[in-house]
Amino acid sequence: MDDLLREFLTESAEHLDTVDTELVRFEQDPNNETILRNIFRLVHTIKGTCGFLGLPRLEALAHAAETLMGRFRDGMPVSSASVTLILATLDRLKAILADLDATGSEPTGSDSDLIEALEHMAEVGGEPVAAAAPEPVAPPAPPEIVLPEPVSRELKPGEVTLDDLEAAFLAAPGPDEMAFAPLEAPAPAPKPEPAKAAPVAAEPVRAETPKAEAPKAETPHPATEGEASPSNKVQTIRVNVDTLEHLMTMVSELVLTRNQLLEIARRHEDSAYKVPLQRLSHVTAELQEGVMKTRMQPIGNAWQKLPRVVRDLSAELGKQIELVMLGAETELDRQVLEVIKDPLTHMVRNSADHGLESTAQRVAAGKPARGTIRLSAFHEGGTITIEIADDGKGLDLAAIRRKAVERGLASQADVDRMTDAQAAKFIFHAGFSTAAAVTSVSGRGVGMDVVKTNIETIGGVIDIATQAGRGTVFTIKIPLTLAIVAALIVRAGENRFALPQVAVLELVRVGANAQPVEHINGSPVLRLRERLLPIVSLSGLLGADTVAEATGFVVVAQVGRQRFGILVDEVFHTEEIVVKPMSAKLRHIPLFAGNTILGDGAVVLIVDPNGVANQVAQGTQASAGQAETDAAEAEMTEATTTLLVFKGGGGGFKAVPLSLVTRLEEIECEKVEWPGGRPLIQYRGRLMPLVPADDGIAIRTEGRQALVVFSDGERAMGLVVDEIVDIVEERLDIEIAAERSDLIGSAVLRGRATDIINIAHFLPMAYDDWARGPRKSQKDVSTLLLVDDSAFFRDMLSPVLKAAGFQVVTAAGADEALATLHADQRISVVVTDIEMPGRTGFDLVAAMRGEGGRFAGMPVIGLTGSVGAEAVERARALAITDLVAKFDRSGLVAALGEIDASAEDALSRAA
Amino acid sequence: MKAANANGAETGPTEDFVTVHVDGVLFGLAIERVHDVFVPSGVTPVPLAPREIVGLLNLRGRVVTALCLRRRLGMAPSEARDDAGVNDRGMAIGLEQGGETFALIVDGVGEVLKLGGDTRESVPINLDSRWRDLTICVHRLEGRLLVVLDVDALLNFGSKDARGARGAEAA
Repeated sequence: MDDLLREFLTESAEHLDTVDTELVRFEQDPNNETILRNIFRLVHTIKGTCGFLGLPRLEALAHAAETLMGRFRDGMPVSSASVTLILATLDRLKAILADLDATGSEPTGSDSDLIEALEHMAEVGGEPVAAAAPEPVAPPAPPEIVLPEPVSRELKPGEVTLDDLEAAFLAAPGPDEMAFAPLEAPAPAPKPEPAKAAPVAAEPVRAETPKAEAPKAETPHPATEGEASPSNKVQTIRVNVDTLEHLMTMVSELVLTRNQLLEIARRHEDSAYKVPLQRLSHVTAELQEGVMKTRMQPIGNAWQKLPRVVRDLSAELGKQIELVMLGAETELDRQVLEVIKDPLTHMVRNSADHGLESTAQRVAAGKPARGTIRLSAFHEGGTITIEIADDGKGLDLAAIRRKAVERGLASQADVDRMTDAQAAKFIFHAGFSTAAAVTSVSGRGVGMDVVKTNIETIGGVIDIATQAGRGTVFTIKIPLTLAIVAALIVRAGENRFALPQVAVLELVRVGANAQPVEHINGSPVLRLRERLLPIVSLSGLLGADTVAEATGFVVVAQVGRQRFGILVDEVFHTEEIVVKPMSAKLRHIPLFAGNTILGDGAVVLIVDPNGVANQVAQGTQASAGQAETDAAEAEMTEATTTLLVFKGGGGGFKAVPLSLVTRLEEIECEKVEWPGGRPLIQYRGRLMPLVPADDGIAIRTEGRQALVVFSDGERAMGLVVDEIVDIVEERLDIEIAAERSDLIGSAVLRGRATDIINIAHFLPMAYDDWARGPRKSQKDVSTLLLVDDSAFFRDMLSPVLKAAGFQVVTAAGADEALATLHADQRISVVVTDIEMPGRTGFDLVAAMRGEGGRFAGMPVIGLTGSVGAEAVERARALAITDLVAKFDRSGLVAALGEIDASAEDALSRAA
Repeated sequence: MKAANANGAETGPTEDFVTVHVDGVLFGLAIERVHDVFVPSGVTPVPLAPREIVGLLNLRGRVVTALCLRRRLGMAPSEARDDAGVNDRGMAIGLEQGGETFALIVDGVGEVLKLGGDTRESVPINLDSRWRDLTICVHRLEGRLLVVLDVDALLNFGSKDARGARGAEAA
């Protein structure tokens, strides 16, 4: 294929993309002449060039489209149908171009369908449109012939400046009729026919240019510099990508060499080198920056197709969608751009299809009918952040969790323990789709895994934040460029490694003379500004034996929302490194992102922070701790529970929610008294019965005995345990043990199987009447509905509530609660968890209040993890009697007491 | 892949081999596959890597994956030096495959031999299967045998993924 044709293909493809975008804009803003002019010009340019190159099919199509657009310009109203038709024409043009690209010649075929439709559409004014040029025998393009070139570059010898050309064109007579764009060649009217003539008519440029041009040179096309888009005035040059790539490689090597020189200079105190070396270093840095800049492209280039995509989807799915694009001018490396282009398109499609509800649903949910997809990009340090946000229904996390279990990606226990953000990440698994129906757009579960892979191959990270009913935000963070990254050089064991600076937040010195690394069950953690940071040792990760005493540095790293520390032995310096890909033989090791040659010539491996993060989270390493999550994520985790872990009989671990525990005590064994064969001690002026936590525990006769004290009002009970081990805060996932009444079940805490004891079992052992609710026995027992999504809390609270004298009925969610309320007429009080997945406690109460009848005034107590002002406000609006912190048992009992009291008051008043 | 090499062999009456030795065993590598012979230095070990890989080294600005022939052939580690001792002694042969450069670490490099078909023997069937997979033929030399190695087979190891990718490339 000759250069001319190649050039034409590249350029036409660009033009068509622009036209796509512009048309969609135009449809929304039909009175904008600038846009129309721009479209018209581009289509015209394509048509004109096709004439030159002897591409009759393309020319005929472009011509017909141009004619219709000419009608718009003449004042024909712009209809959606006509825009669709033009878009279809553009698609056909693209298809033909693609064929042309593949085969080198125009494919055969007929476009009469489109042409006729276009002509028909244009018929409004009654002006017959000239039929498409009959397949002309196009003359082979003479080599001198110019191509319209929307960009210009430095002149080659024999070329003339743009200004000269422009002057020439202005002077030349042409068919132009657009006063505002004298350089345009619009030809909206029937086009002069035979192809031989067409170039002249369509492309006035040609007449002047041959003599001005060097043979085969690309000519700057002044027509494109019309005032329609003044920004095009910027002098640009089209450079082959390979040239740039080569330049980049060379600069990379130069950077390496400079680094080597610097390294040598560091060792020799010879000052003679210093000054020139500094200059060299400076110049290299600037050169690097300059070359980098040539590779930079605005991210808008990757977004170009999106308005069209969204428009088409909007029509296909019957949704009203608005695409908002912010920061399109943000620049990033073209290599990076290439990689993220398709993922972005895919994600926007997904947002449109899955994220946004149908118009009817939106209206029903009280949202604006038009859904919004917001695409934004901005720089942040050495990375670029891209957000794709929709204001749709949010991810169906329950469905995702269910699906993850169904597909065997995680166990039920894992899934329940995961935070929402972690669970949401399942959508990145191959073949994972929760869409109920497969649409032509998405739902086939193809793609999100590719999206993630693509982003990760360029060292990027992707995160999801989703809120039911409010929408989903995907955040992609990618490095600006791939070729050269700043990296921290560290030593672990005997080897040096490079850690990309992007992931590094700070360095903390640890060890004997500095801040110590503490261990919880062998997992190293570091106190960092009042928070615990899980730590992994780099050499440990890499399979070396870790030394018990941790000294050195902790590199605090953040990947996505996960923050962790990487323990290294030594930190050297930061160096700009050229990332070289890992050998195919080693690519399967997830911990390395590549390798590089340092200034001293040594090869070092680049540690992939993503890989480390995965290892931290998986806890595959013995010393890997629980990944600390960001505050934002922590807020999303509703059900972490603080548990007291102790050793019961037989050395097994047992736990009880800390909220139920009054105190931890250690008593002298001599103080235990055995009146009537039951162990008691005098405790704070009263007698407190002791109950072993397990049959296997014998109360010690000498030394000290650990006790967990539970109290309720005036009564206290000491649970005898072997040893208090730990206090942990974790998401609880309990496997209910059916056959043992002393256990609620067991759960995995910090990697150990732990029995969760049932306090309700032990209380009656201490006081026979405890469970019978002594304070309420004189009254009629009222029935209470306890709503909580967590089986654990239902089991935990039921005995408490029973002890407070209620019949307890439970429900696991708002819907079940409503059904239960209808079914069970005895229910007179509702205690509900506020934070529940799906419909919240507030939703439940709103539904109850909405139904009226006995539900309208039914007292409700809300249980919430955090009592914020907003929640209080909302509770008041829904006439919720009281909001009680989730673990505040006595608060709950007190609140229930008040309800009873007021009910009695009401009764007595009525009587 | 063997076929490809065999075809190469049939184009002329004689073949040139670079000879290398490990533990006194003489091996031959087709000369057109050998890009470099150099002394390996500054090998960076790669943790978690397949056993055969000794590490990465810098060969004139290129990062090269160093592969130990001894380990590749499952031979006993030499008593003279431990596993990390590749930096001290030995030679490396630069090989290329799929656009990547590898360094094959051997005990030493000998002369280049021009051998004809007359001394060529097929691989004895009683050879260890691991060797059989990596060997093209054996040449009878005076006083000793030369085991001709299949370079592509040598470099075809590691993760399953790598093998799959290689297969795809070959196709």
